[in-house]
Amino acid sequence: MFYREAGDFKTTYAADNQTFPIAFDRWRYWAVLFVAVFVIPLVINDYWANALLIPFLIYAIAAIGLNILTGYCGQVSLGTGGFMAVGAYATYKLMTAFVWMDMVTITLLSGLITAGVGVLFGLPSLRIKGFYLAVATLAAQFFLVWIFNRVPWFYNYSASGQINAPERMMFGVPVTGPNAEVWVKYLFALGFVILLSWVARNLTRGSVGRQWMAIRDMDIAAEIIGVNPLKAKLTAFAVSSFFVGVSGALLFSIFLGAVEVGEAFGISKSFLVLFMVIIGGLGSIFGSFAGAAFMVLLPVVLKIVGVDMFGWPTDIVQHLQFVIVGGLIVFFLIVEPHGLAQLWRLAKEKLRLWPFPH
Amino acid sequence: MKKLLTLTVAGLMAAGPAMAELVFPSLSYRTGPYAAGGIPFADGYADYFTLLNERDGGIGGVMTRVPECETAYNTERGVECYEATRGEGALVYQPLSTGITYQLIPRVTADGIPLHTMGYGRTSAANGEVFEWVFNYPANYWDGASVIINYLLEQNEGSLEGQKIALLYHNSAYGREPIRTLEILAEEHGFELVQLAVDHPGQEQGNQWLTIRRERPDYVVMWGWGVMNQVAVQEAANIRYPMDQFIGNWWAGAEHDVMPAGADADGYLSLNMNVLGDLPVFDEIQQYVHDAGLAAGDGSNLGSVLYTRGMYAAMLAAEAARTAQEIHGVDQIDASMMRDGMEALEITEERMEELGMPGVGPAFEVTCANHGGPGMGRIQQWNAADQEWVTLTDFIAPDDSVTQPLIEEDSMAFAEESGIEPRDCAM
Repeated sequence: MFYREAGDFKTTYAADNQTFPIAFDRWRYWAVLFVAVFVIPLVINDYWANALLIPFLIYAIAAIGLNILTGYCGQVSLGTGGFMAVGAYATYKLMTAFVWMDMVTITLLSGLITAGVGVLFGLPSLRIKGFYLAVATLAAQFFLVWIFNRVPWFYNYSASGQINAPERMMFGVPVTGPNAEVWVKYLFALGFVILLSWVARNLTRGSVGRQWMAIRDMDIAAEIIGVNPLKAKLTAFAVSSFFVGVSGALLFSIFLGAVEVGEAFGISKSFLVLFMVIIGGLGSIFGSFAGAAFMVLLPVVLKIVGVDMFGWPTDIVQHLQFVIVGGLIVFFLIVEPHGLAQLWRLAKEKLRLWPFPH
Repeated sequence: MKKLLTLTVAGLMAAGPAMAELVFPSLSYRTGPYAAGGIPFADGYADYFTLLNERDGGIGGVMTRVPECETAYNTERGVECYEATRGEGALVYQPLSTGITYQLIPRVTADGIPLHTMGYGRTSAANGEVFEWVFNYPANYWDGASVIINYLLEQNEGSLEGQKIALLYHNSAYGREPIRTLEILAEEHGFELVQLAVDHPGQEQGNQWLTIRRERPDYVVMWGWGVMNQVAVQEAANIRYPMDQFIGNWWAGAEHDVMPAGADADGYLSLNMNVLGDLPVFDEIQQYVHDAGLAAGDGSNLGSVLYTRGMYAAMLAAEAARTAQEIHGVDQIDASMMRDGMEALEITEERMEELGMPGVGPAFEVTCANHGGPGMGRIQQWNAADQEWVTLTDFIAPDDSVTQPLIEEDSMAFAEESGIEPRDCAM
């Protein structure tokens, strides 16, 4: 009864085309933003931020990026970890080379650099599709990790091969480094999430997004009606890699602080983001958030329930996590292949009729 | 699910640390490719504190607690475990992972909790003037590399001129640690150093061993951990590389590393920072902990190399806690008092004997400027017929003239990079 478009008359084309046509959705969106920006930084504590919120925000950006590529444009990519590594190393080189540059510019520049690398590795998509493209992006994943290990210029010739984020300030408070307050890091990540998901939502609703979806659904037919496949696929790779690069940059600079490429950006990272997108729902911005929240929350919840509440040994809980995550992925693929986003859409559809039964 | 989570956390936070206890969090890994090493170490660590609780009623009358958190040798999980256990009054962290150590060094410095990276971690943390909160006594990697070279010099009548030594290392911060020291030692002693990296987790070493077969180095030095060790020993046996020319560091010298290769692993050498064999304290652990059903894990690791090392790490932490209690005159110490205790720690032969582990490690003392200890190690050899390690040498000292300047240089670089003002230890 509260989730209706009845009575909400649109008087302009802009209002008619808006992304949240139902008033309740609009209010909900502003309420969530208000809580996220003004309430959470006041109540946050170190553990919640470091274990849940900041990783959730960072992986949400990566999931949106992969969703654009795989969900909207249909180009399967297993190179997410490698592209996140490009973002992280670009941030490191920029931070150490340009000490005066602020973190926002550095993060956006890292995203642009990753977009360039992404376009390069996206070129095979013009010739191959599906499973074969997945293997080509897998090659990108291994190649990028290998090159960051092999070429000492990337880690500034340090003896350990690790890269460390030096401390940088913004408006007088440290944003990176160990002295950065947790609410500062949270707000920094949140700012990027809000900006980037706004961009993603509007890109996917516009003509570029429709071209991507045309390529995904039937690329030969799309080409016939005039969608330029080269432009569509490469822009998908570029935009997706931009998002993934920003995510990698944030993962390095504000979350981890020190990164070893083989461990932090290995193939398991690519699979993690892919699972987020699958469980969350391909082709949906909300799905990226839902999937990221799910995959970030699940290990922590399992640990709290298994170890702290039931007192089970830690290795059993860890092994159980693999079982449960694997089982859930199989379950989702069989029962709800469109993921949590589909459940959300269904819920909204039902709500529009509620409390009436049909 | 979210409601359950909130209620759980609220409940845990409300419970709080009501009673006096000393908390020593164990960031262990009982799963993943490094579990073979992580399990006995974590067992030894936890068992020793249980022994102190059962036999002595804790340290200075205050019971100890060892909350375990599974990291699977993964850095992100390590950070999560650190954040989760930090608020419980954690006194010292021993993550047993160089990767996690590098992550935690800036965090413990900001949060004021000591970090003990015994024989691993960032080697230059031996410089206490820069690394106030990080300790790596009694030995570190650069010392370990120097000890191996000193042993080889001994074996070759004082000269390694013209010889070829291959370093097979785990391609991570851990494995790269000895490279600089070995390069300098190579220049000094005239041997050629061949570097072969093995990617995590270390199961694919075919290429590296083909290269070794081609290059025919006189010695192979291994900086491996977890499954990499077992595979390396097996590959060495496959190409019939003479085992007594194959030396692993102290993390590549445990029983589970050599047993899979069976009789072919006979003669494999490795470093050790501890003594081997039956110590009186093992009987006490058997009596008070295992027989009482309080063993961490399944109790099968008692007495093994890594179990001994875990127990040794726990002993060092307990002794530092005792020293802290003495210095500050309180029984319920906190993290900064623990740091003071660690910095004033003195381990003597008599004390080790008192504790039931005579000669388990070198006698040493920690000072404000030297958080790294003497850096000595022994060489041991695997006897496949009797399935046991045989100690070949006594404690060999490293070449300080090589390692000290490197430690100085690296720690100063870290201080500059992180904006740390080195403290003055003029005492």
